[in-house]
Amino acid sequence: MTKDLKFNFSRRGLLKTGASAGLIASTPAFFMSNAWAEEFRNNPGSAGEVKLGFNVPVTGPYSEEGKDELKAFQLAVKHLNGEGDGGMLNTFKPSSLKGNGILGKKVGFATGDTQTNTDAARASAKRLIEKEKVLMISGGSSSGVAVAVQSLCQESGVIFMAGLTHSNDTTGKDKRRYGFRHFFNAYMSGRALGPVLEKEYGKERKAYHLTADYTWGWTQEESIKNTTEGLGWQTTATVKTPVGAGDFSQYITPVLNSGADVLILNHYGKDMINSLTQAVQFGLRDKQANGKNFEIIVPLFSRLMAQGAGDAIKGILGTTNWNWALQDEGSQAFVKSFGAEYGTPPSMAAHTCYVQTLLYANACEMAGTFYPPEVIKSLEGFKFDGMGNGATEYRAEDHQCFKDVLVVRGNENPSSQFDLLNIVETTPRSQVEYDWKIFGGELGPYKV
Amino acid sequence: MDAIFLQILNGLDKGAAYALIALGLTLVFGTLGIVNFAHGAIFMLGAFCAVAFNKLLTFSTKIEDTSVTLFKAYKETPYLKIWFPEAGPVLIDYSVPLSILMAIPVMLLIGYVMERGLIKHFYKRPHAEQILVTFGLAIVIQEIVKAYFGANPIPQSAPSIVSGSAAVGSWVGLGENVIYPWWRLIYLGFSGVAVFAVFAFLKYTTYGMVVRAGMRDRETVGLLGIDIERHFTIVFALATVVAGLAGVMYTPVLPPDFHMGMDFLVLSFVVVVVGGMGSLGGAVLAGFLLGLVQSFASMTAVTAILPGIDQIIIYLVAVVILLVLPRGLMGRAGVMDD
Repeated sequence: MTKDLKFNFSRRGLLKTGASAGLIASTPAFFMSNAWAEEFRNNPGSAGEVKLGFNVPVTGPYSEEGKDELKAFQLAVKHLNGEGDGGMLNTFKPSSLKGNGILGKKVGFATGDTQTNTDAARASAKRLIEKEKVLMISGGSSSGVAVAVQSLCQESGVIFMAGLTHSNDTTGKDKRRYGFRHFFNAYMSGRALGPVLEKEYGKERKAYHLTADYTWGWTQEESIKNTTEGLGWQTTATVKTPVGAGDFSQYITPVLNSGADVLILNHYGKDMINSLTQAVQFGLRDKQANGKNFEIIVPLFSRLMAQGAGDAIKGILGTTNWNWALQDEGSQAFVKSFGAEYGTPPSMAAHTCYVQTLLYANACEMAGTFYPPEVIKSLEGFKFDGMGNGATEYRAEDHQCFKDVLVVRGNENPSSQFDLLNIVETTPRSQVEYDWKIFGGELGPYKV
Repeated sequence: MDAIFLQILNGLDKGAAYALIALGLTLVFGTLGIVNFAHGAIFMLGAFCAVAFNKLLTFSTKIEDTSVTLFKAYKETPYLKIWFPEAGPVLIDYSVPLSILMAIPVMLLIGYVMERGLIKHFYKRPHAEQILVTFGLAIVIQEIVKAYFGANPIPQSAPSIVSGSAAVGSWVGLGENVIYPWWRLIYLGFSGVAVFAVFAFLKYTTYGMVVRAGMRDRETVGLLGIDIERHFTIVFALATVVAGLAGVMYTPVLPPDFHMGMDFLVLSFVVVVVGGMGSLGGAVLAGFLLGLVQSFASMTAVTAILPGIDQIIIYLVAVVILLVLPRGLMGRAGVMDD
């Protein structure tokens, strides 16, 4: 009798009982949303506010873009918290956003300065993650910076919603599971520009490239070169120029007698303003070569840059991610909201940053959690509309957004100080899509 | 041949900018013994004199822009065009050369205030401290300009009569295709005049003679009862004006932005060192020499053999010259020898 009353567990029995008890105890939580047992970096827990990190170039050559990005982020936070007119929150679909913050928590933010310098950008992102405890990082106006910050975010387990970055590498060989790009890329610029170039300048041309000597310049040169050579154009020379060269005269004069009849400027920001202005001063726009009018092409355009280049931009072809003159409901709502707040239309950098913030917030709502692997899964393959550029998809395989691309031309007769670019063609998404495998790279793991 | 001719012009043009900045740097170093890292910022301030003058001329009335329907936007029409429909547009067109009239007194004042307010306190301090304080000053000036004018380059046009290109090829018996922007030729001419004027001032005026004597032996000049410090203050202001005017005239070549001074500063210091510390002639000679070398190194024929050489050639040449002539091209014994 006494023997029967004794608790006589074996080691194996104890383990089995423990495991069963654990499973039973966790079962209710398993069926509840927002109850991920996983601990993750900067988990807001029961706090009433979540913080997002906006890492933009406040100083350095792209600080005008940075200023505009910051304005857009502030507007997005305002709209997410249910303040203001709601902007694109009213047109974005399918949307889980309610205008009450994210998952019921008020949205706050902290800012950092990338200085358009990879080291400074990484240091600033690190501070945002470690000191400010941000859940997501967004912003930036350079591919070098985007690639560097994206890699840090992957290591830290914090989602990176890239700002303005146009290099194929960002979602190509340097892509990361925690990084997402809404902005288009150099390959898409080439695909969009190709048919327009053929129509406007024909099939027999000789192109001379001046290229900014860093990741973005190289991939843009490669993409545009592939496109133009595909049309039958010859490439006379590809010359790399140092970033921030200032005076490009020694690179422009060789173009005059090179036999080329097209100059392609793979420059952005201040470099583009300077090289284009100087190319025009050297009479390239008035020149005749090979019996044709000499042409200049700037594959990546922005309104802020057009403003800096003044009259030199008139008549020049290029591509842009978005333009404030778009007539769709989403773009108009955003322009109205931004214009009322700041008195100017938003730039394409502002647009992409605003959209990225809303997309991240929406993904958290869809996932029902801030837990990054689940938020990432919500973003992967997400299809949406109402944010400008028509129906858009975040491709799961490389985290690149696919949408219509705009081919623009510097406006010859602007009706206002903002009316600097004319939309020549809206290239449909299907024409700029490509197999994600062509650029290589690995996304990496969900859990870090 | 055409390409070589164009690169010579490019080199001279670039060299002219280096020489003008380096001339001011050397003047300040030779007289005051100050290593002035804010000199690039002064060049930039000169450029922004042109921007400010243009803003004054185009001060506008704002009328609601009805072409923008989504938010309230405004169109700007300069008062000058409204009040003087004929003369107004002409004045605006000539705003860059006219801004020299504003830049001279403004730069003189800036130079005077800078020297009396800050620089004079560092005459007898080590060069390292001078570099730190003037570099700090340059950053402060840059940030002020950025806060007021923004970070984007602000394009300034040359007067429309000289906005095109000159068929320089036909002047020297080359093809008509060899063209060069008028304004760059004007800049080259302006630099020549400015360099000549500074040299003439130092060589042919009594004031200049005192300054040259002070550069040689400050103590003895002081013992002769001459207030050499006052003379040097004026020299600092003069150097500021030279850099400022170089900045004004450079605006149609390179749209000015807050950082343009820094872009020139490092190269200008290389020019000063290669020319010989304290040697005015050396600064001018080295400026043109390095400008030419840089231009030729950027030729496709050269970069095809030695990729990237255009970006390091100036420093390579500087190293070679300093190895052969440790005091630079025209450096004097005893100047910064320790």
